[in-house]
Amino acid sequence: MNRATTYRVLPGFGLSLGYTLAYLSLIVLIPLAAVFLKTFSLSFEQFWAAISAPRVVASYKLSFGASLLAAAINTVFGMMLAWALVRYTFPGKRIVDALVDLPFALPTAVAGIALTALYAPNGWLGQILEPLGIKVAFTPLGVLVALIFIGLPFVVRTVQPVLADLETELEEAAASLGAQRWQTFRLVILPILLPALLTGFALAFARAVGEYGSVIFIAGNIPMVSEITPLMIITKLEQYDYTGATAIACVMLLLSFALLLVINGLQAWTQKRGEKGS
Amino acid sequence: MAGLTTALRLPGNPDTRYEASAATREKPWVKRLILGISLSFFALFLLLPLVAVFFEALRKGVDVYLAALTDPDALSAIRLTLLTAAIAVPLNLVFGIAAAWAITKFDFRGKHLLITFIDLPFSVSPVIAGLIYVLVFGAQGWFGPWLLAHDIKIIFAVPGIVLATVFVTFPFVARELIPLMQAQGREEEEAATVLGASGWRTFWNVTLPNIKWGLLYGVILCNARAMGEFGAVSVVSGHIRGLTNTMPLHVEILYNEYNFAAAFAVASLLAMLALVTLVVKTFIEWQAALNASAQSQKGQEE
Repeated sequence: MNRATTYRVLPGFGLSLGYTLAYLSLIVLIPLAAVFLKTFSLSFEQFWAAISAPRVVASYKLSFGASLLAAAINTVFGMMLAWALVRYTFPGKRIVDALVDLPFALPTAVAGIALTALYAPNGWLGQILEPLGIKVAFTPLGVLVALIFIGLPFVVRTVQPVLADLETELEEAAASLGAQRWQTFRLVILPILLPALLTGFALAFARAVGEYGSVIFIAGNIPMVSEITPLMIITKLEQYDYTGATAIACVMLLLSFALLLVINGLQAWTQKRGEKGS
Repeated sequence: MAGLTTALRLPGNPDTRYEASAATREKPWVKRLILGISLSFFALFLLLPLVAVFFEALRKGVDVYLAALTDPDALSAIRLTLLTAAIAVPLNLVFGIAAAWAITKFDFRGKHLLITFIDLPFSVSPVIAGLIYVLVFGAQGWFGPWLLAHDIKIIFAVPGIVLATVFVTFPFVARELIPLMQAQGREEEEAATVLGASGWRTFWNVTLPNIKWGLLYGVILCNARAMGEFGAVSVVSGHIRGLTNTMPLHVEILYNEYNFAAAFAVASLLAMLALVTLVVKTFIEWQAALNASAQSQKGQEE
């Protein structure tokens, strides 16, 4: 037996760990394994045909492209918002700070119909954009808008604590050495924020790729144009094509696991930076 | 998602310290620009959709609004949503406590892998969360024939909805408690145990008072997601009106029937739930920050 066993004082190790593992296996691990087992029952030709159908490939392009773009937009504006929340005083700051988490708390279907109502040709924003020739609702642009909504808090909430922990001495030193404010930001602050920014970007991207509820209302779901990958799974299921749905799900799961590894690595990096800094 | 532990690290009153020194202050026009852009972005993408929900809900008047909410199908959707949350949240609460206890109070191999596995449901698309239960319990799934023979319905029935909800809300309580209990260490519990307290007594009298805010924080976030889940539930529900429709699914049906006023009326209830969640969440952060500063003051006096 290892040393930890010898020094164990507190009770309940067997019970708590046993329950944790049993519940985790029953609810998460075994059902998730079903996707891979089902995929293995397909021949490679069947699997390849399901995941490389033109309509499915079009959905990958939209899901990945829109998710990347939304995460990039959120990284820029999320950093500015985090900056404003940490460094400035303005009326209603506490309300803004609390409402940043709205996408976590607001059911995705509600967000979806609200965004559609805003950006539909007769909606508040659609009315303004329509004469300019910009169509948002029921186009890939609508998908982007929904994914921006859903991803914003990830960036703000990963950057905000790092920014708040930042020692002001660093900036004072930079200023006393003659650095301009912009130089200080670019050469001193931005490198420190980088791990957090990348983590926020990756989290927002991971969430966006799998997002369903807020997107399907505003997307219009036109085949080859505005169908996202999660919708393709639903479409296959509605046609009782369980193998096709599972094959696409398998591809998405592998991507999610890869992203999870990247995010874990980034978070470890952020933490290491934080410890070194303080 | 920033948890309570992260929120606590934000200093209480930092607002003015940056603007006091020339080294950490921007030129006024830069500050105005950053504030203008970031707050416009916030208003456009977060505030406006929220306002639109309530505006659209009340557009056709209070009578239409109330009629939509007291419709029998709406009421049964509300009941099912409450039932689902009432099962899923306690299940994940018990799991979260057990997992956090095992992970933070003991050392064992594979701990990091276990934490990653617990977080897994957050990185899985909700649609896949529904699909996996169809593969296990559906008519063509592993247990499909057996369930059919015994006349037990899980998919396209309430148990499937509960299972899918449990999956998507799985990590909420655990991931809130693990960093919190990690930070608090084991000394207090070890002292209680050495003094002769039983495991349960130690938990109730020592651990629980220390983690109550974190626990509540995890529970309200878990509850908000449980009541609002759409994708996963949509796959396993079968959309049977009055039977397997939760509130978000009812919103979808009404919306697809072009019954916008009713759809937004039900949606406004969910939006209110979200706002209440955010208010409680902010209150807990405030309470926990007060506790933390009171404790550090006590520590300084001693």
